[in-house]
Amino acid sequence: MPAAPDAVAALKGRWAGLTDRPSLDHPAVNVPATELLGVLRSLKEEHGFDMLADVTAVDWAEGSRPRFTVVYHVFSTVGHEYVRIACACPDGAAPEVPSAVGLWPGANWHEREVFDMFGIRFAGHPDLRRILMWDGYPHFPLRKDFPLAGIETELPDPEVVAETKAGAIAAPMMGGPFVAKAGGINMAETEPRAKDESWSERRPKPGA
Amino acid sequence: MVASATELAYDSKIEGEVIVSRADAVINWIRSNSMWPMPMGLACCAIELMAVAASRFDIARFGAEVMRFSPKQADVMIVAGTVTYKMSTAVRRIYDQMLAPKWVIAMGACASTGGMYRSYAVMQGVDRILPVDVYVSGCPPRPEALLDALVKLQGKVAREPSASKLLSA
Amino acid sequence: MPADYAFPDSETKSARGEFEAQRMSISMGPSHPSTHGVLRLQMELDGEVVRKAEPVIGYLHRGDEKIAENMTYNQFVPYTDRLDYLAPLANNMAYAIAVEKLAKLEVPPRCQAIRVITAEMARISAHLLGLGAFGIDVGAWTVFLYSFTEREKLYRLFEELTGARFTTSYTRIGGVARDVPEGWTGRVDAFCEQFLPRLEETLSLLTRNKIFVDRTAGIGVISKEDAIAFGLTGPNLRGSGVPLDLRKDRPYSGYEQYDFDVPVGTRGDGYDRYLVRGEEMRQSVRIIRQAIAKFPGGSWQAEEAKRIVKPSKDRVLTSMEELIQNFMIVTEGPQMPAGEVYFEAENPKGALGFYIVSKGGGVPWRLKIRAPSFCNLSILPKVCVGAMVADIVSILGSLDFVMGECDR
Repeated sequence: MPAAPDAVAALKGRWAGLTDRPSLDHPAVNVPATELLGVLRSLKEEHGFDMLADVTAVDWAEGSRPRFTVVYHVFSTVGHEYVRIACACPDGAAPEVPSAVGLWPGANWHEREVFDMFGIRFAGHPDLRRILMWDGYPHFPLRKDFPLAGIETELPDPEVVAETKAGAIAAPMMGGPFVAKAGGINMAETEPRAKDESWSERRPKPGA
Repeated sequence: MVASATELAYDSKIEGEVIVSRADAVINWIRSNSMWPMPMGLACCAIELMAVAASRFDIARFGAEVMRFSPKQADVMIVAGTVTYKMSTAVRRIYDQMLAPKWVIAMGACASTGGMYRSYAVMQGVDRILPVDVYVSGCPPRPEALLDALVKLQGKVAREPSASKLLSA
Repeated sequence: MPADYAFPDSETKSARGEFEAQRMSISMGPSHPSTHGVLRLQMELDGEVVRKAEPVIGYLHRGDEKIAENMTYNQFVPYTDRLDYLAPLANNMAYAIAVEKLAKLEVPPRCQAIRVITAEMARISAHLLGLGAFGIDVGAWTVFLYSFTEREKLYRLFEELTGARFTTSYTRIGGVARDVPEGWTGRVDAFCEQFLPRLEETLSLLTRNKIFVDRTAGIGVISKEDAIAFGLTGPNLRGSGVPLDLRKDRPYSGYEQYDFDVPVGTRGDGYDRYLVRGEEMRQSVRIIRQAIAKFPGGSWQAEEAKRIVKPSKDRVLTSMEELIQNFMIVTEGPQMPAGEVYFEAENPKGALGFYIVSKGGGVPWRLKIRAPSFCNLSILPKVCVGAMVADIVSILGSLDFVMGECDR
């Protein structure tokens, strides 16, 4: 009983801004941020997709348009199908989309995590603050311009810092991580390269 | 008489039911054979720590089955699992609340050096904030490895000049 | 516990102006015996009753998703072990199937059967520990020891198969790491044989135990609507009466050929969730036995997937083409086509989902791990209100979450 493709077809008929999103498994649509809540509400109330499985975001790297895409996966507990909704953030510098907390209370924590990791704000979220990193952390870790090793910051508790003189340092990568690039089946590019994100802590990067 | 500071000397001069020994040896013997762990069980190593406390590997043989989560009642903090920067303040505070004498066992690769998590959120070894006595390698270490670490710690405790430390304020 | 519960004498005393009720702010965790890992619960108490509970997570956030962007697909398998570290083989399987969906790769039936057997053994292992931890939190030490004894037998079987007691890293993209050893399935069968009576013995310590029933029945009630609204999955959702089990509703890895029941609770309280987990263990044994009875021959990896699965070692060491193939797969990773997939597997804790965005090549562009414990914990602010502090421990134990996957 293919309910999901029917639902997607109905949505595309009703809202003009929706486009098909290429997907390897579940039906997926691109939704502009202005129509996002209407589409999600329609999926939930009219087409029976009652569970919000996941809210996440993808950073397409600096220079792409759009830079961030927020991706929702909704699931129907009756029809056992998924639909993927992708919403591109209109502004790459100060990304913001409407919050789905009104539809699913479970979206609360997912959106906080997206904010924590990417810096995408959710308009209408009751309590948008960091959830996985500590509250005063200044960076957004999953952005592509943030290195895996991290950037040196202070530990959250000043007493502990005073006692131990420890800080959140950049992890010693020894020139790594050594990995091939994502994408690019070009033979010259697929060899693993040293991404050179942070040198060893005792030895600074030569030439830096 | 006793040959070295570590020997309790069961075969020494015995007068009636009294064994004569050195203060160091007795104090260290008491301390090492009843080390109450403070299980700082953070991640997967905590499961192996629980397995050590369970029937097959039985840390009770070494007097250490009394897992006291209250720092005031514990002797050795077993940091079992990945220490993230967010968690590090809690670990340090709990260590500070423990009463002397106290020791630390860094169990597993994550606690020793950050393990396979070389990332922005993981503290590369708990020895950046705590003085560690024994490092146990493994991901997770086998329960036998943790017991070996405990035995090594007992050996380390046995070599400490405890009496002079106690009596000198 | 009604939300406006008033203690005896409090009305007369406060009417006489004898005391002012003031809420106490208390922080439970992150280092606490009953928080099952590093969870911090900031609570506001009115006497003994919780008026507000705010979980603080992230104390075990290790940066898995960022690490995944810098690892090939096979290199990431050990990190999946440490997500739900009570059932690593189930996580391995969920990840492998998710990546295989990118290439639309079907693994041979023997590999599917091995994955199902190991995942169900992992389910038994995880539920046993959940049971043991729950028992120990409400005061039953013996349950912990009994369940750990059984888990040690499972660990021995895992170690024989994969080399590690529990961080197994057993699956690879396109198959599993190695075939089952000689006689292993017979030993698993023997384990199942002796496990069922031991399970009944362990469960009998709790199921009709008045203290346990008093501590869990009616505590932590989650309604059906709440469960779906907060995205709960797994035994927590089934305990609230929603018969959703991805193994039956969206079968993967050959689950459709096995005959098993899905236990569903009625009242959504801690006791129902406990019963659901107990019954799931019995059903897992049923599945394992059927899988062993039908255990197919053949290969344990998809040999035809040239750029994904490594060729066998004897050909690698003797033939040039296989040598190059092996080198490419190891250094650059299994070459996956571009695209996006989202796959959820029925893990012991709930539905573990992997959303993978691939731009081609051996390294993912974005890997999101949808953790069941993350969603299960999000209901805590709602479910803890009105409960007494001692009930919080019981609620946490009955939700059976794991911080490794919650924080990733």
